[in-house]
Amino acid sequence: MEPAEIVQHSGGVIGASWLMIALPLLGAAILLLTGRRSDRAGHLLGVAMSLASFVVAVLVFFELIGLGADSRRRVVELYDFLPSGSLDVKMGLLLDPLSISFALLITGVGSLIHIYSIGYMAHDPNRRRFFAYLNLFVAAMLLLVLADNYLGLYIGWEGVGLASYLLIGFWQHKPSAAVAAKKAFIVNRVGDMGLALGIFVIFTTFGTISYAGTLPLAGNASTGTLTLISLALLLGACGKSAQVPLQSWLLDAMEGPTPVSALIHAATMVTAGVYLVVRSGAFFEGAPTAQLVVTIVGVVTLLAGAIIGTAKDDIKKALAGSTMSQIGYMMLAAGLGPAGYAVAIAHLIAHGFFKASMFLGAGSVMHAMNDEVNMRRYGGLASVMKITWITFGLGYLAIIGFPLLSGYWTKDGIIEAAMEHNQILGWLAVLGAGITGFYMSRLFFMTFHGRRRWEEGVHPHESPAVMTWPLIILSIGSVFGGAFLILGNRMFEFLAPAVGRPEEAPTVHAISTIGLVTLAVVAVGAVYAWLRYGRAAVPEVAPRGSFLTTFARRDLYGDALNEALFMRPGQWLTRIAVFFDNRGIDGLVNGLAAAIGGTSGRLRRVQTGFVRSYALSIFFGAALLVGAWFVVGNL
Amino acid sequence: MPWLSILMGVPVLGALAVAAVPKGNDRLAKQLTLAVSLVVLALTLAMAFQFDPAGPRDQFAEVYRWIPAFGVHYAVGVDGIALVLIALAVVLVPIVVLASWHDADRPDARRSVKTYFSLILVLEAMMIGVFAATDVFLFYVFFEAMLIPMYFMIGSYGGAQRSYAAVKFLLYSLFGGLLMLVAVIALYSMAGKNTFLFPELIGVIKDPTAQKWLFLGFFIAFAVKAPLWPFHTWLPDAAAQAPAGAAVLLVGVLDKVGTYGMLRFCLELFPDAAKFFTPLVITLSVIGIVYGAIVAIGQTDMKRLIAYTSISHFGFITMGVFAMTADAGAGATLYMVNHGFSTGALFLLAGFLIHRRGSHHISDYGGVQKVAPVLAGTFLVAGLSSLSLPGLSTFVSEFLVLIGTFERYAVPSIIALSGMVLAAVYILWMYQRMMTGPTAESVKALPDLNVREKIVIAPLVALLIGFGFFPKPLLDVINPAVKQTLTSVNVTPFAPAVPATAEKKGAGQ
Repeated sequence: MEPAEIVQHSGGVIGASWLMIALPLLGAAILLLTGRRSDRAGHLLGVAMSLASFVVAVLVFFELIGLGADSRRRVVELYDFLPSGSLDVKMGLLLDPLSISFALLITGVGSLIHIYSIGYMAHDPNRRRFFAYLNLFVAAMLLLVLADNYLGLYIGWEGVGLASYLLIGFWQHKPSAAVAAKKAFIVNRVGDMGLALGIFVIFTTFGTISYAGTLPLAGNASTGTLTLISLALLLGACGKSAQVPLQSWLLDAMEGPTPVSALIHAATMVTAGVYLVVRSGAFFEGAPTAQLVVTIVGVVTLLAGAIIGTAKDDIKKALAGSTMSQIGYMMLAAGLGPAGYAVAIAHLIAHGFFKASMFLGAGSVMHAMNDEVNMRRYGGLASVMKITWITFGLGYLAIIGFPLLSGYWTKDGIIEAAMEHNQILGWLAVLGAGITGFYMSRLFFMTFHGRRRWEEGVHPHESPAVMTWPLIILSIGSVFGGAFLILGNRMFEFLAPAVGRPEEAPTVHAISTIGLVTLAVVAVGAVYAWLRYGRAAVPEVAPRGSFLTTFARRDLYGDALNEALFMRPGQWLTRIAVFFDNRGIDGLVNGLAAAIGGTSGRLRRVQTGFVRSYALSIFFGAALLVGAWFVVGNL
Repeated sequence: MPWLSILMGVPVLGALAVAAVPKGNDRLAKQLTLAVSLVVLALTLAMAFQFDPAGPRDQFAEVYRWIPAFGVHYAVGVDGIALVLIALAVVLVPIVVLASWHDADRPDARRSVKTYFSLILVLEAMMIGVFAATDVFLFYVFFEAMLIPMYFMIGSYGGAQRSYAAVKFLLYSLFGGLLMLVAVIALYSMAGKNTFLFPELIGVIKDPTAQKWLFLGFFIAFAVKAPLWPFHTWLPDAAAQAPAGAAVLLVGVLDKVGTYGMLRFCLELFPDAAKFFTPLVITLSVIGIVYGAIVAIGQTDMKRLIAYTSISHFGFITMGVFAMTADAGAGATLYMVNHGFSTGALFLLAGFLIHRRGSHHISDYGGVQKVAPVLAGTFLVAGLSSLSLPGLSTFVSEFLVLIGTFERYAVPSIIALSGMVLAAVYILWMYQRMMTGPTAESVKALPDLNVREKIVIAPLVALLIGFGFFPKPLLDVINPAVKQTLTSVNVTPFAPAVPATAEKKGAGQ
């Protein structure tokens, strides 16, 4: 079934939905412009703006629910943004089940992370600036998902890239943070080239770039065009969502403060690629080759991320590998078409909860351990920080797919959908689940159980309430979110007007053969991790390990590859170009000028040469002029 | 009301008054200059509000005979394209004046302080004149005369290698200008209408060979001015040696005369030749985009770096002009304006940094953000505008140029897209080296922006952000003018492969 028609809307809360974006944007502007004057209360303003935006999102959600299922796609026109010759972009917001799901996730989880950051950043002299950037991020991310056209999406897309750049490099006195921020931006720009190209082709094909004017007409375009559009958009999605081959920036992005990693680099921004693919579903569905590529990218990344996760001792980097891997699952599902969209988004939301909860949990641990990130120096923390332990544990159980918790419903949904589509994809996804079982258990046991391997002088303690309450709320989502979204096909039915529905609705089983097999594989991974990192002593210095371990530790040589293929040739090219420009073109010019003047080399000492050259060039020009007159010959 | 003549007259009179200020009263000279430039700005805004985008092409037109024997007229008037460029010039002048407050005080300056400021006003009059001229000969006169104040601004108040840079700038420009003079005179005689009035010369030259030669005469002059690769090597020297304010006017406004000339004269007077040479020009533009960006990455001097980024940006503009689509044309025109604000902000901030630290080497800075957060923050905003971040006005123009070019020339547009990535590299790497990391010993005492400097930068940042979210006022003025230009060139307008509107109509009927 086709998605429902997009209709104009005005009035009501939906008509005021632009407030969702405007409020955090205003917050960011105030915090940045007032400078140190708002240092004392700045964080409260940031939190208030984010919460206000959440309230608007909730109200819009209920108003949308109040409409009939098939009239839940509303466009609110804002203003004439870009009137040009053929291109005329009217900026508007599209409120539909897909966009409001994201808006709730962004503002909901976003607000919790804002609150958590009050505690986490309490001693940072630039806390106000931090909240300004967080607000900026929320505004840009909401524009990304709410815009009713590809240009609006693109503005939000690069806007979140900017926020990500600013926040990764927040502690910019650290060179590593500054480099990581730059890397994230540049790699994302490579992806953005793809997104821009996709928009160009959409425009030359349909003559407009609004969703309403293009997606319903996708069927009129040729398969070749749709494939080109889809692959170009996919390149953009790979950049933003850290999918292979543009994955390398995400691990470095962990240089940013931990709440940033939780909000931007786990729960929301990095899932924008999945949003793009699902939103542009009409194009992908007309391009089976592109869909195949999406699923392959998904599977490769879900395995690559999981393998990287197994070898990291840095808790945040292990979680980052896990994020890559989980987004790989979502991408895989998104590549399956309408059969996978709902479960992709359900997993995305569930992941938003449990991954944010674990990142914030990791932040709580770091807070307790003097910012230590090396898990080999953790161990036995369960007894000293109970709330963090329990909430993290619930997130951990959710992600590995422990029966009845969130991941159990959403990830198994993806595996089953993949299995029905293509056995190879399905089994690789099962393998990924097994590796997930291993690396997440490793992380959990290394951190909270086993012998205490703390550095001297470290006295861990539970974090303050302003940090633990967000953990508790998020862990509730980690436990029940998946069941809520999947049971009764709730997400599927809710999203159907926005993304269409396949011929038959998926059947939800609490227990299935594939589910049991997956559970068994996960159990093997988890038990193996228990034997090696729970029961056995964990060495405080990482053992050398096999070449496979090195392979995983070095991020599967992704950076080495980039350096060999792009960075070093690029540096050479730059050097050659600079040399060529100074000696080649300019040398030629200076030589020529000197030759004309007959005063070779004098030009550099123009104090004396100037008048002569000047006179000479006048003479030269005059000669040319006379010559031309002869040629033209009628004066 | 003879708006345009008044706009030119006020700064000329102002320049005389500034020159007449008694010696030793530099402060008065500066204040007077600032006041005059603000009056010009106010007058321009008053004129702009009376401009009717839907009205006739040449508005506020004035035509007087000047040299009747040759049909030379003092003829001025503006369409949307000229109007926004004049607006760019008069917005930048007061900003530059305020930014240059102490620039002419340097001990090694060869001329007096008041001379510098009166030169700025003379230049302002000429910048208005060159965009307003509707007589080809008058345009040529302004085109050449503009060199003189700029030559003195670089040569007398510039950096260590100012003489070399000033002469190189002058020779290059004169070379181009003379080619253009030949073409102007040939155009006059071949048209045989005994007039230099631009509107009467449109469509007159029909012979293809003649068109090509005349086109080249104009085009090379404009390509040197713009500058288009490979005519660019004078720009990094001139921009790096010029005082920051002069660099802003040079790269921000004077160079736009080149791209403006291409759009106005090359396209409309010689449409067939323009189409003939389009593949060549687009190729040079794309080379310029990529080449300029790559060479910019390799620079160690921040002003040279900014100059090379401009070469890359000018590639976008010329590509947009010669793509000959409504979107690319509007984008290219808007690009000329936005680039002025963006590069202006970068050059001025670089100037503030150099003024403080006394070095233009990137490696002499480091960790400035910590000691001067406002300076670093505005520098970042200016840098982000240079890499065309969405939300800033430069993005709108670059997007329009690229999408408009893509309508007709997909491959060049795709190659040009790589400029997006390269721009991120040159800007963010420069920012990383100068502003982040541990604070270098030599910049520990670097003061943040003072009030005057904040007043200088604030309007530029406001314009970049404002037109980034709301470019409509500029586009509404530009669009009809671009449409008229393309009508003279006679190109088939772009049509989408699957027209959405037609489909909907079909369904409804």
